[in-house]
Amino acid sequence: MKGLRLEAYTLTTALGAGLAPTLVALREMRSGVVRKHWETVDLDTCLGEVDGLDERPVRADLAAFDCRNNRLAQLALEQDGFAERVREAIARHGHDRVGVFLGTSTSGILSSEIAYRHLDPHSGALPADYDYRHTHNSYSVADFVRSYFALTGPAYVVSTACSSSAKVFASAWRMIACGLIDAAVVGGVDSLCLTTLYGFNSLQLVSADPCRPFDAGRDGISIGEGAAFALVSDAANALPGEVIVAGVGESSDAHHMSSPHPEGLGARIAMQAALDMAGLTTADIDYINLHGTSTPSNDAAEDKGVVSLFGSQTPCSSTKGHTGHTLGAAGGVEAVICALALTHDFAPGGVGTQQLDPRLGCHYLLANLERPLRHVLSNSFGFGGSNCSLALSRVSA
Amino acid sequence: MSALSLYVDGIGLFGPGLPGWAQARTVLDGSSAFAIEAIRLPAAEALPPAERRRAGLAIKLSMAIGFEAVRAADADPALLPTVFSSTGGDCENCHNLLETLASNDRSVSPTRFHNSVHNAPAGYWSIATGCMAPSTSLCAYDATFAAGLLEASMQAVTSGKPCLLLAFDTAYPEPLNALRPIPHALGVALLLNPRETAAAQAKIALQLCRAAPTTMADAQLESLRHSVPAARSLPLLELLARRSSGRVVIEYIDALELAVEVAP
Repeated sequence: MKGLRLEAYTLTTALGAGLAPTLVALREMRSGVVRKHWETVDLDTCLGEVDGLDERPVRADLAAFDCRNNRLAQLALEQDGFAERVREAIARHGHDRVGVFLGTSTSGILSSEIAYRHLDPHSGALPADYDYRHTHNSYSVADFVRSYFALTGPAYVVSTACSSSAKVFASAWRMIACGLIDAAVVGGVDSLCLTTLYGFNSLQLVSADPCRPFDAGRDGISIGEGAAFALVSDAANALPGEVIVAGVGESSDAHHMSSPHPEGLGARIAMQAALDMAGLTTADIDYINLHGTSTPSNDAAEDKGVVSLFGSQTPCSSTKGHTGHTLGAAGGVEAVICALALTHDFAPGGVGTQQLDPRLGCHYLLANLERPLRHVLSNSFGFGGSNCSLALSRVSA
Repeated sequence: MSALSLYVDGIGLFGPGLPGWAQARTVLDGSSAFAIEAIRLPAAEALPPAERRRAGLAIKLSMAIGFEAVRAADADPALLPTVFSSTGGDCENCHNLLETLASNDRSVSPTRFHNSVHNAPAGYWSIATGCMAPSTSLCAYDATFAAGLLEASMQAVTSGKPCLLLAFDTAYPEPLNALRPIPHALGVALLLNPRETAAAQAKIALQLCRAAPTTMADAQLESLRHSVPAARSLPLLELLARRSSGRVVIEYIDALELAVEVAP
């Protein structure tokens, strides 16, 4: 069996910290996206904010890394006994045989945004307590997690906008397949910042209301934040009932920096590649967790890609209505949501969506579908035309 | 672990006093002297006019190194998976966004925003080449070159197909320059092929190790190697320029390094 065994996994989003509150929110079809003011942002918008980060600094010995993004990473690592499972894996394999591959789009850039407001009026220098390397630099979150576990093996950050933390599964798989490591901590972390709030706003891609993926009246994303982690190893050792990432498919749109290929061609290539690696056909897929950002053009393009490959029968939904768009963390967050769906026998219905867009053809779920699932797909697409699709399966008894 | 074995089919290099591999190799093989001078880059001809207008240094630099490597191997860039690796991407663009967000008028430019994603050069490259193959964009702070070389090599070995590595760095203006001083922009591209073909210029074998990283004998080149993450590649490029066999250790993370055996 090719692919990755998910030995342990966890996530923290606006739905709560850890798997249990996430599962309850999915079951109850509850959204964590609410209208609120955050930091000094003067936009009228709704956010999927993780509670309590301001009161939870990172571990004292890692104080140099203290920033919103690494606080979120630490909060997530400490749920569901995840850190303990990682330590057990390290004890089994050794500190140099466990890699760290994480996705993020904006890392701890919030620290720089705040520091730039407090430049020295004479010299123009940044404040003395500001630490670029351990907060803003894209690698910071992988460095933080590697340091958190005192690991000495390979590590890097994948930063391909909103596909980042789906693609890390491919990096980990390749590294395990090449024999460089035995296991890896993969996932993604992205936190609220001004860059994305004002940036997406400049492109008129942010909704004033909670997002409504695939709705006829959808008018943009709701920005969220989140962290998801998985401890992965060779799928050959997966146990019955466990979830594996059986396929990872990647492609590029080669079309436009901030708009998807209008026919969803890049999306289709990524989905097909994930199926091919997993040795699955479209008929095997019981549910698709869509990228489903809720912008008019993204959902239309993804719909075309899905329908052209799967037809209009495969149940699908976007969970962006639950969590908001967690950007570089979305791939990891939604892979964990897929693992929950596979383990608990249901396909989550999308929230926020009231009136399905009649121009869209896929079988979009407006209610949870209680049904055992064997194979599911998770889509993540980003700026720059970066596409990644994951095929996840539950190992049968 | 067994070593990852590959062939280098094409090389691209642009940096200060290193104006393309064809000329830069004469510096690295010792036949001409190294003199630091401002980086000169060809225009990003392959981009459509709208994208060319929006292209900053990071994009022009990656275009220059990528096309040089691909042309050397007579390869079709439309078919090549890519690995981009950079510590800060387009640092100038990032600084401009931060200034705007700290000002009284936070309306950022949409172009600046979409150019701020770490994979912006990868996006422009795919548009310029029409390439729909997989592409990833990495960062590992000072370890960024070795991280990219590992990822591109693993991709080539696991897929059985060539993969193009593009590692580049640009400089932050002040005030960030004081905390992350990268004195020069520099980029290197390597077209890596798991199979031996007529295009092969050298065979390389990669292995993680714990040995002291190789330094450059020339003080200026050593200073460049030490100060620009993408220039951590220079000891490897020197062996490739000399067309000689040997082993270099490229700086990776902390005490974990990457040994590369080269055979012409």
